[in-house]
Amino acid sequence: MEESSRRTFLKLAGFSALGLGAKPVLDAFASSGGVQSKPMVMKGEKALQAKRWALVIDTRKFKSEKDLEPMIEVCHKIHNVPKLENKRHEIKWLWTEEFKHIFSSQTHDFLDERVKDLPFLTLCNHCEKPACVRACPTKATFKRADGIVLMDFHRCIGCRFCMAACPYGSRSFNFRDPRPFIKETNLKFPTRMKGVVEKCNFCAERLAVGKIPACVEVSKGALAFGDLGDSKSKVRELLSSNFTIRRKPALGAGPSVFYIV
Amino acid sequence: MPKKKMYDRGKVFAGLAVFVVLLIFPFLLNLGKAAPAPELKLSDKAKAAKECVESKAYMTANHMQLLNEWRETVVRNAQRVYVNSSGKKFEMSLSNTCLDCHTEKAEFCDKCHNYAAVTPYCWDCHVDPKETM
Amino acid sequence: MLEKALKGNKQYYGWIAALLVVIGVGFACYLWQFQFGLGITGMSRDVSWGFYIAQFTFLVGVAASAVMVVLPYYLHNYKAFGRITILGEFLAVASVTMCILFIFVDLGQPTRVFNVLLHPTPNSVLFWDMIVLNGYLFLNIIIGWNVLEAERNNVAPAAWLKPLIYLSIPWAVSIHTVTAFLYCGLPGRGFWLTAILAPRFLSSAFAAGPAFLILLCMLVRKLTKFDPGKEQIQSLAKVVAYAICINVFFFLCEVFVVFYSRIPEHMDHFIYLFAGLKGHSALVPWMWASMILMGISIILLVNPATRKNETTLVAACITVFIGTWIDKGLGMISGGFVPNPLHHVNEYVPTIPELAISIGVWATGFLVLTALFKIAVSIKEEVSGVS
Repeated sequence: MEESSRRTFLKLAGFSALGLGAKPVLDAFASSGGVQSKPMVMKGEKALQAKRWALVIDTRKFKSEKDLEPMIEVCHKIHNVPKLENKRHEIKWLWTEEFKHIFSSQTHDFLDERVKDLPFLTLCNHCEKPACVRACPTKATFKRADGIVLMDFHRCIGCRFCMAACPYGSRSFNFRDPRPFIKETNLKFPTRMKGVVEKCNFCAERLAVGKIPACVEVSKGALAFGDLGDSKSKVRELLSSNFTIRRKPALGAGPSVFYIV
Repeated sequence: MPKKKMYDRGKVFAGLAVFVVLLIFPFLLNLGKAAPAPELKLSDKAKAAKECVESKAYMTANHMQLLNEWRETVVRNAQRVYVNSSGKKFEMSLSNTCLDCHTEKAEFCDKCHNYAAVTPYCWDCHVDPKETM
Repeated sequence: MLEKALKGNKQYYGWIAALLVVIGVGFACYLWQFQFGLGITGMSRDVSWGFYIAQFTFLVGVAASAVMVVLPYYLHNYKAFGRITILGEFLAVASVTMCILFIFVDLGQPTRVFNVLLHPTPNSVLFWDMIVLNGYLFLNIIIGWNVLEAERNNVAPAAWLKPLIYLSIPWAVSIHTVTAFLYCGLPGRGFWLTAILAPRFLSSAFAAGPAFLILLCMLVRKLTKFDPGKEQIQSLAKVVAYAICINVFFFLCEVFVVFYSRIPEHMDHFIYLFAGLKGHSALVPWMWASMILMGISIILLVNPATRKNETTLVAACITVFIGTWIDKGLGMISGGFVPNPLHHVNEYVPTIPELAISIGVWATGFLVLTALFKIAVSIKEEVSGVS
């Protein structure tokens, strides 16, 4: 584990040396030899790991918009998601949609009352075959080994090809500096700058320190988060005992967000 | 190639001279007036810690490359812990580790960056607790 | 040869000055956008590409259409076009310049544009679009310049140009194909998700580009002592006639598939564009105007009498150009975003600064075009001894 992480770090350093002139760093590492060991990087001891992270949303446990608000609020608060009044510039990671919108290809005129009016949590699906990752010209959006589709805000050039590619409308763009529109800044998490795309990150920063995503934490059991690769995980248990649907299955993107309706 | 006569010799050289003067004008203007390197103020916490994540000389020269690599490993490889040359562990985080010790961003980061006339865009996203309060 | 672009009459310099003013206004607006962000445009979370990308798409077509003069001349030895290949190539250079500028002004973080080279990503169509566009720009500059210089010196063009010229023919097709692939490979956008998109793009390009070239040829004849030639213009007119017919045919193929299959995700965009959806119908008059213009142009171009009459030919070329511009430069991009993947209808209307920046880019293209045409025409005058 340690050996491989060191190797990837050096590989990375070497790769960035191509463009960023990281040679002094490598030299320093080399010359610091002797009794001292070389610096290295690793995952935190408490970091949660999985083959493929997934979210199961039990919509039967929700009645109204009110039940979903705490999840949206905590998500947007800890990630410094701004609240812009202008709808064109809106930024959202987690929000609600009616059935006829979120499952637009599966709706009909005779839905039962509960489903018809129920708000559904909507977010990035962290697809198995993400179209956004395919489209990005700089690898600013990429899929991690654990299935999470992430944004590297440092690298995004703001071409918005990923927004056109995403078949779920999960991505937002910073049409202006977001900072004036963040009521209370979470100092532990960065904000974004104008001109970059953003979206749900499955709380990657929390997983790294052993915490489950914030929305799951405050969901009172309505949301389950776990590893699809682990047959004993909570999500696998829910999937094997309930009928679940995913958004736009015909597209083959393979969302990692499942809905129990 | 037949030899060609140079036209407007005077004008060409006069133009060149004007160009060269314009080019070196900023240097001439500041000749002998080099600003002294700024004194950096360390916070008490930083003073007490004595050493940064690596040696002072290394950090002065290479903190930008180090931070570049930190961000690559944290964002792209999900590795967030840095083990330095003497085996000590740090969370790789600009806001939560660097600024936790270097609490005076204005006296530490900015002072030198202003002197060197560099404007890193770190602070467009990463939050300095002091500035938001 | 560059010095030719600096010698002109009052009219020439007046035109250049006017362009520079327009460029200045556009540039000032761009500085504002650079400062504030893309929020000064009409684009939104739902319609995340707008006027800039639409102009880019249209102009890639104009650029690609140079092949319509290059191919007959070099592959079929159609001598008449030898007189105007340079005009086609220089039109391509000006168009690609505008394409690259439109992509650039559309970026949210333009200072990071070189990330595309720093982190090359072959699975992204945008990466390939960058390669084909820049390649096409260089091919046309190198070929156009060297062939013109050879013509000036009354010698045959260098032998090493031949392979480049042959390469430029499939390359022209590639730029518009790759540009279509930007859109037609996206899974959730029913409007673009069709294999006919690249052929449609090419057919409208081969109509709009040569139509514009005809207008330019007539202008050159009027303003200078160089006559691009009646036969040349008539041959181009036939190209336009075929291309616009094929374009409308491809469009109707698409309409049949969409409306006979009645798959809502494909159909709703057409309904939005041509009838309006849920009370939103900003583009409806434009789209019908485009259809009517293309219809009129077909009548004028297919009918030999009106095609051979240069007055009606001018009218036909203008209708082709405007008709295809509305189709691609207005409807094609925002039409694909409305309704959005969640089936909400949020319309797009460009803002005034957005239009000013766009017009500034067009003016930059015209400035490049003017300078290059001035050079080409001056050399032509010099060679034929009319100046």
